[in-house]
Amino acid sequence: MTATSTPATPRRRLIDEEGVPEGKLRNYADGWLKDLLVHMLRVRCVDQRMLKLQRAGRIGFVGSMLGQEAAMIGTAAALEPRDWLWSGLREGGAALMRGLPLAEYVAQMYCNSNDTAKGRQMCNHFQHKGSHYPSWSSVIGTQIPHGVGAAFAAKQRKLDEVHALYFGDGATSSNGFHSGMNCAAVWKVPCVFVCVDNGWAISVPNKEQSAQLDFTKKALAYGMPGFEVDGNDVLACYELMHWLVVHARSGAGPALLVVKTYRMLGHSSSDDPTKYRDKAEVELWEKRDPIRRYVRFLEGRGALGKGEFEELEGRLYAEIDRIVHEQEATPPMPLRSLVEDVYAEVPRHLRLQYNEFARIAERHGEAQKGDGAFPL
Amino acid sequence: MANLTLLQAINDGLRTAMKDDPSVLVFGEDVGKKGGVFLATENLQRDFGANRCFDTPLSEDGIVGCAIGMAMNGLRPVAEIQFQDFIFPAFDQIVSEAAKLRYRSGGQYTAPLVIRTPYGGGIRGGLYHSQSGEAYFCHTPGLKVVVPSTPHDAKGLLLAAIADPDPVLFLEPKALYRSVKGEVPEGNYKVPLSTLREARAGTQVTVFCYGAMVPVTLKAAEEAAASGIDTRVIDLRTLLPLDEEGVLEHAKSTGRVVVVHEAPRFCGFGAEISALIAEHAIEYMEAPVVRVTGFDTPFPNTLEHHYLPDHRRVLDALERVAHF
Ligand SMILES: Cc1ncc(C[n+]2csc(CCOP(=O)(O)OP(=O)(O)O)c2C)c(N)n1
Ligand SMILES: [Mg+2]
Repeated sequence: MTATSTPATPRRRLIDEEGVPEGKLRNYADGWLKDLLVHMLRVRCVDQRMLKLQRAGRIGFVGSMLGQEAAMIGTAAALEPRDWLWSGLREGGAALMRGLPLAEYVAQMYCNSNDTAKGRQMCNHFQHKGSHYPSWSSVIGTQIPHGVGAAFAAKQRKLDEVHALYFGDGATSSNGFHSGMNCAAVWKVPCVFVCVDNGWAISVPNKEQSAQLDFTKKALAYGMPGFEVDGNDVLACYELMHWLVVHARSGAGPALLVVKTYRMLGHSSSDDPTKYRDKAEVELWEKRDPIRRYVRFLEGRGALGKGEFEELEGRLYAEIDRIVHEQEATPPMPLRSLVEDVYAEVPRHLRLQYNEFARIAERHGEAQKGDGAFPL
Repeated sequence: MANLTLLQAINDGLRTAMKDDPSVLVFGEDVGKKGGVFLATENLQRDFGANRCFDTPLSEDGIVGCAIGMAMNGLRPVAEIQFQDFIFPAFDQIVSEAAKLRYRSGGQYTAPLVIRTPYGGGIRGGLYHSQSGEAYFCHTPGLKVVVPSTPHDAKGLLLAAIADPDPVLFLEPKALYRSVKGEVPEGNYKVPLSTLREARAGTQVTVFCYGAMVPVTLKAAEEAAASGIDTRVIDLRTLLPLDEEGVLEHAKSTGRVVVVHEAPRFCGFGAEISALIAEHAIEYMEAPVVRVTGFDTPFPNTLEHHYLPDHRRVLDALERVAHF
């Protein structure tokens, strides 16, 4: 990236931890700034509801996004609708902003028949084809070369697309990080690597993950630039990501953005983080809460009136609760889906395996309408 | 029709696919200017340009991982892994990603790609240039595994694999690259996947084999004929999804079966054939199913010609099964 032809690198932070702008900001419209808050708050409300449902035993598993709302919303807001977002575990909130219907999100958490993945993935594995948000497996780092290959295809097919590849700090040790970064830089494909560095990979802290704690330096080894941003400052995330997306779109090649944030809760609903994390560290990050900070900023500039936040929160929860109610009543997929989508067509050996099973399921009264045998 | 080696037939297949479909890309280590270490991709870069046929970094995980992304975004990647022995860094991408993408996404995303790779012994390549790893991949629902044994099938199966909506592992018997020659039609023709080929008609014993073991078996069958054993040789061609019905029909019709493969025996492909017959056709069988295979050892070097099943070992099995 040549510094001469482009404006100066956007700053690492634009708004301080008290919500006060650090220096002059660009001319942002209040309405647009407020939208960012709505998106972040939706992420938080959805997260809270899902955790509640999990504790009540109504859904199986939640990978909480608490604390990372600015990191995902700020960076993803810099993408155009035609761009792709390749997610890791915690970008479901960004998908909601980009067009994943909340009903599909909740259906995925219930793994029911409204889930576009047909209930085949465990909870917290979202996808949305309409907004270019592919299905993530579970295998850390594997999506990184996929995003690179898709960005290669965009270049080859002369599509004006940027591919944003999200992953965690833990994933910087994965094979996919290495092969993806390397191939992307060699081929100069239009993508941005977004390392959401929340300091922990389950119970393993960064210093046990890598001897190079400045992850931006890893980019240099592959021949691409690396930048760091305050991941709890939604506006800084937006500006830096936007700058890198514009660069990638212009054909200047890939870059790495390290988004420094913190996972406030356990790795997932099955994890107890008090076993491995200091209380003091958690308290420090509580003070940096990305939403509180941004609300103060909006209030400071008169963009958010009194009581507006609470009203917004109330509306979001009402919407979520209505959708949860609907999805809870939705049945799981028919049994036949067991053997469908393995191949484009169900091959004979799978039809035979299913028919054998369906006979037994019928004998035990488990088969419903639509669960009958395949023709051979 | 041209008389081509198996290697030339593969080159012709790639060329045909690239000509007919601009979304077909060929890439891998050394496939560009050099044309591949075996020359399977010779002159493709010259004729189609470096954006259709290109070298990649030495990164099997990257080659297959990126191929998946390309396939998800509208291209038809045909990736080469230089030797099947070096595919294991990409095992995760093949098994966890390519093979499961359609299923896990409920059909929203798919990875129509082909991974070509030379497999098998016979070139004095030692442990790491000789293996037959098909069984690892045949245990992977969502993947297709194809092994040609003739130039005609190599081209026709490759073109079918490239057109297929699902990921295909295309295993090329490197021992046959230059040692077999045959008539290969011009243009784009496809040999349907999951179909068997009767390489030799016979009534008394059926041998199931594939890839480089097909000519070995044919030679054994000719020798067996001299001593009055009439052998049918079935080239499986597609191992996954296997034409199980066809296999059972052949097994039932002769009641005597031998399976030949160069991979190790334990949990090898022969075990599946044998189990299939035991489960569905045991009442037709006149003799136990016998497997002629590589040893359950790593692949040797100087003694590879003893490790690999040869016509003598196949003949011995034919005699045992015929006279049981
Ligand atoms: C290849 C692989 N190894 C291990 C796991 C189990 N696992 C799931 S998430 C995780 C930690 C991921 O950490 P990071 O990349 O920092 O993402 P974060 O959870 O912090 O968002 C591990 C070890 C996995 N899913 N995949
Ligand atoms: Mg982490």
